[in-house]
Amino acid sequence: MKELIKKVVETYGPAGNEGRIRELIQKEIAPFVDEMRVDALGNLIALKRGNGSKKLMLAAHMDEIGVMVTHIDKHGFLRFYPVGGLSPLTMLGNRVVFENGTIGVIGAEKLEAQKDLTLNKLFIDIGANSKEEAAAKVGLGDVAAMAREFADLGPRLIAKAMDDRIACAILIEALRAVKQPAYDIYAVFTTQEEVGLRGARVAAYGITPDLGIAVDVTRTGDTPESATMDVSLGKGPTVKIRDSSLICTPAVRKFMEGVAAQNGIQYQLEVLEAGGTDAGAIQLTKGGIPAGVMSIPCRYIHTASEMVDYEDVLNGVKLLTHIMETEFMG
Amino acid sequence: MDSRDFLKTMVEATGVSGHEAPVAALIKEAFLAIADDVRIDVMGNVVAQKKGEGEGDISIMLAAHMDEIGLMVTKIDERGFLKFIAIGGIDQRTLVAQEVKVHGNKELIGIIGMKPPHLMSPEETQTAVKMQDMVIDLGLSCAEVQQSVSIGDVVTINRQFIPLAGDFVAAKAMDDRAAVAVLGECLQELKRIRHHADVYAVATVQEEVSLGGALVSTYRLRPHIGIAIDVCHGDMPGVPEQDTAPLGKGPNIALGANIHPKLYERLLEVAKEHNIPFTLDPIPGASGTDAWAMQVTRAGVPTALVSLPLRYMHTSVETLSMADVKSTGRLLAYFIASVDKSFVEGLLCY
Amino acid sequence: MLLKRLSEAFGPSGCEGDVRNVLLEELSPHVSEWRRDALGNLIAVKPHAKSPRVMLAAHMDECGLMVSSFDRSGLLRFRKVGGLDDRVLISKHVVIGPKKINGIIGAKAIHLQKPEERSQVIPLSGLYIDIGAKSKEDAEKLVKIGDYAVFATEFKPLSETVVSGKSFDNRAGCAILAEILKEDFAVDLFGAFTVQEEIGLRGAGVAAYGIDPDLAIVLEGTTCHDLPPSKEHGYCTTLGGGPAITVMDASVICDKGMIAELLRLAKEHNIPIQFKRSITGGSDGGRINQSREGVPVVVISVPCRYIHSPVSMLSLCDFNHTLHLVRLFLNSIAEGGFTI
Repeated sequence: MKELIKKVVETYGPAGNEGRIRELIQKEIAPFVDEMRVDALGNLIALKRGNGSKKLMLAAHMDEIGVMVTHIDKHGFLRFYPVGGLSPLTMLGNRVVFENGTIGVIGAEKLEAQKDLTLNKLFIDIGANSKEEAAAKVGLGDVAAMAREFADLGPRLIAKAMDDRIACAILIEALRAVKQPAYDIYAVFTTQEEVGLRGARVAAYGITPDLGIAVDVTRTGDTPESATMDVSLGKGPTVKIRDSSLICTPAVRKFMEGVAAQNGIQYQLEVLEAGGTDAGAIQLTKGGIPAGVMSIPCRYIHTASEMVDYEDVLNGVKLLTHIMETEFMG
Repeated sequence: MDSRDFLKTMVEATGVSGHEAPVAALIKEAFLAIADDVRIDVMGNVVAQKKGEGEGDISIMLAAHMDEIGLMVTKIDERGFLKFIAIGGIDQRTLVAQEVKVHGNKELIGIIGMKPPHLMSPEETQTAVKMQDMVIDLGLSCAEVQQSVSIGDVVTINRQFIPLAGDFVAAKAMDDRAAVAVLGECLQELKRIRHHADVYAVATVQEEVSLGGALVSTYRLRPHIGIAIDVCHGDMPGVPEQDTAPLGKGPNIALGANIHPKLYERLLEVAKEHNIPFTLDPIPGASGTDAWAMQVTRAGVPTALVSLPLRYMHTSVETLSMADVKSTGRLLAYFIASVDKSFVEGLLCY
Repeated sequence: MLLKRLSEAFGPSGCEGDVRNVLLEELSPHVSEWRRDALGNLIAVKPHAKSPRVMLAAHMDECGLMVSSFDRSGLLRFRKVGGLDDRVLISKHVVIGPKKINGIIGAKAIHLQKPEERSQVIPLSGLYIDIGAKSKEDAEKLVKIGDYAVFATEFKPLSETVVSGKSFDNRAGCAILAEILKEDFAVDLFGAFTVQEEIGLRGAGVAAYGIDPDLAIVLEGTTCHDLPPSKEHGYCTTLGGGPAITVMDASVICDKGMIAELLRLAKEHNIPIQFKRSITGGSDGGRINQSREGVPVVVISVPCRYIHSPVSMLSLCDFNHTLHLVRLFLNSIAEGGFTI
C-alpha cells in the first residue's frame, strides 16, 4: 500500500484544482466499482452496489492546501493568498510547485520582529528576473501546492498532503478489499474541503445517504509540550466524538466502536478542539443525516511533513472495510 | 402541566449540545399530554404536532432549543484529573470554584477548584484563570476514574433550580429551556382557542454550536411560518440600557433583516389587542438564534423571533421572570389563532 | 439615468423595497413574469426552451444604519447594517425611515478635544444621529425604533467617464442586470435581484434553491483601491482596467471553464479585463455555488473605489465594458459556443 500512498500524496491537487488527483483515483478504483461520475463541484462519486437497501456515503477529500498567485511584480516575484488554512511559520523557506511543474521558494520581507510574520509579508520566488519572464510560466489565479517527496521511515510515513490523501488511499484500499457490502456504497472523493467542506455539502445533497462517514486526519498529543489531545500515533485509527464542525451522532459513534470491538481492531476516541471535516457538512444535509468520522492520527498537520503511523493506516483500512460490511441499525 | 415544575425538571436535567437525549426524553413525555403527536427526528429534535382546523394547508413552526452549553472531557491524566474543552460559548471565569457533574457511565460529582489565596501572588489574582489550565477533580484515583469516565463525556455545572423573590427564578440552561416551557404554555393555550394552522412545536438540538437542529427540522417540516423563541439580555448594571430588556415586562419582539416585516407587525397587533406588554429589539443582521437558520431553508421561510429577557446569560445562574414565560406563551397562541391562508399568501408580496 | 436612480434609492439590507420599486418600474415593459420569495428577492423570469438555465444575480441591498433607541435629549442611537468602518460615519448626512427624515452624525468640536483624542477612533457607542429633536418624545414623532438610515449622497458625474454616488456596491451590478433584462437572449434566463447580501449572503441561496439553475453569473461592484499609500499588490482592482473577474473569493472558487470563456471573449472583442486580486470577502456566488447539488459560478465586477462608505466612484467605461462582456457571454451560451 505504500506505493499507492506515495502516488496519491505526491500528486498535485490544491482546492479548486483537483483534476490530476481525481484522474489518478479514477484509474485506481475503476476495476472495482460499478459506476463513477463527477459532479458540478468536481467531486468523484463512485458507486459500489451492495446487499442492503441503505445508502452509505464515505468521504475522503482529494484537495490539499495551497497558495494562489494574486500579483506578479515588476521583478518577477509573486504575491499570493492562501487556499485553505496556512500558517506563515510553516511556509517560510518552503518550496511550492505549480501544476505545470514550475517550482518556487517562499521568501519574506524584512521584519522588525519575528512575531510580525504574516502571510502578506511573504512572496514566491520562481527564479524569474522580470514580470514578463515570470508571466511566461505562471498566471494570476494559478495555485501552487507544497513541493515535498514522500518519505518511508518503515513504521512511520512522512509526506505533504497526508491530509487528506492518506484517507483517499485508505478508501481506495477498502473499496478493493470489501467482499459483502451491506449498503449501496457511495465512495466520494470530495473537493474543496480545505476551503469550507464545499464538495461534501453538494455531494451529500445529491446522494442523500442514510449514513455518512468521513475519513480524515486528526492531531495528536504525543509530541513534546503539545496541546492537550488524547490521541497518539500507533494506537489505532480514531472514532471521532467531536470537532468544530460537528458533534458526531452518538449512534454512529457507538456503531463504529462496535464494529472495531467485534473485529478486534485497536482504536482511539478523539475529541478535536479546533478543526473541521466533511462530516460536518454531511450531517446537516436536508432533514439531517447520521454522521461520524474515522481519523488517522497525524503529526504536523498543514506542514510539508505530515507524519502518520503505517499500522494505524492498515488498521484504518480494516475498520473501514468492516464498517462497509456491517449494517447500521441506529 | 405546570410551567414552573416543567421548567425545573428540564433545567435540572442534562442536555449538552449534541447529547440532548436525556432532556429530550422528558420533553417528549411532557408534550405527549398536550399535543396530538410527538416524535424525535434523526438529529434528536423533539417535534410536537398540534393539528389545526385547516387540515394542514398551512403550518407554523415554533423552535426553542433544548441544548445547553457545557464541557467535554478531553483527557484523563495519570492522577485522575480531567482536562476539558467548552461546548458552546462559555466564559471561563464562570467555571472556577464550581461543583460539576461528569456524565460518564454514571454521574460523578467533581470540583473545578481554584488555588487558595494563601498561595497566590497579587498579580495572579488580577488575571482570569485560563480554561486550558483548569482540571476537574473527582477525588478518585486514575483507575477509579477510568472505570466510569471516558474522553468525550459531557460535563455540566451542578445547579438546582433556585426560586428567587417574586416570580423570578434562576438556574443553568434557562437559555433556552425557558423557551421550551413557553412552547408548553402555548400548546396548552391552543387547546382552549381555535386555530386554522397546524402547529409544530420543536425543541431543537445543537443551537449553541451550529443551529443544526433548526436547520434540518425546518427542511423536513417545510413550515409556512417559522418563529424562534430564545432569550435576550435582561437589564443589569454595567450594560447600556438600550442593549437590554427589562425582566417582567413581557416578551421581547425582534425586528430587522432576520424578521419578516408582516410577522413583526402582526405580533405587535396581537400583543396590543390582548394587552400583553412587550419590548422591541432592532437587530440589523444575524439574530444569533434558530431564526437565522430557519429563514434560509429551501426557498426561504418567513421568520420571526420572540425572546425572554434573561440576566447573566451563559452562566449557571441565568435569571428570568415566570410571568414573561406565561405571557410569551399566550402571545404565540393568539398569534397562531390569527393566522389564516390569506395572511400566509400575503407574506410573499413584497 | 438608471444607475443614478438606483444609486440614490433607499435600500439597506432588510429594507430593499425602494430599489425593488425602481427596478419594477424600469423593467415592466420588458419583463412579463416576476417571482418573489419570503425574503424579498425579486426574480425576473425570461424562459426559453432548449437551453441551460442561467441565473444572473445582483444584490439590491447596501450597507446602512438602523435606529436602535432614543436618548432623553432626542438624539438617536443606532446600529450598523453590514460592514461599515466606524471611521466613515463621522460628520455625515443621513436620511432616515420611509419619510427620509434628515439627520446628521456629528462629532465633538476640535476645540473641545485634547490632542491625543484625535488619533483615536470614536467607538460606535460614542456616535449619535441628530435629527434636531428637542426630546425623546419629540423624536418619537418623527422616527421609530427599527427605522433604517442611509447616507444622503447624490449621484454626480465627475467627468465624461467617471461618476460618484453611494452604493455602487451593488447598484452597479443591479444596473447591469437591468440592462440585460431589457434585451432578449436565447437562453432560459432568471435575473435575480437578491436581498441581504451585505449581512451574510442571505438572499442568493434561497433564490438559487427556487430557480435551480445550471450555471450562474454574479454581478458585483467590487473593491478598488488603486491609490497611495497602497502598494500595487494591494490594489485589488484598478479603475479603468475593465470588468474584474473573480478567480476565488472567501465564499467560492469560480468555474474555470466560465473564466476561460470570458477571457476568450474579452480578447476577441478587445474588451479590457482584469482579475480581482484580493480574496477576502464573500459574495452571492458562494451560496449559489453550494445550492442543492452544486452550481458552476463566475463573479464579474465593476471596479468601485471607496465601497462601504458614503460615496463611491466608478468608471462608466468599466461599467459599459462589463455590460458588453455579459451580453457576449449570454450569446455564447445561446449559440452553443459555451457549454457546461
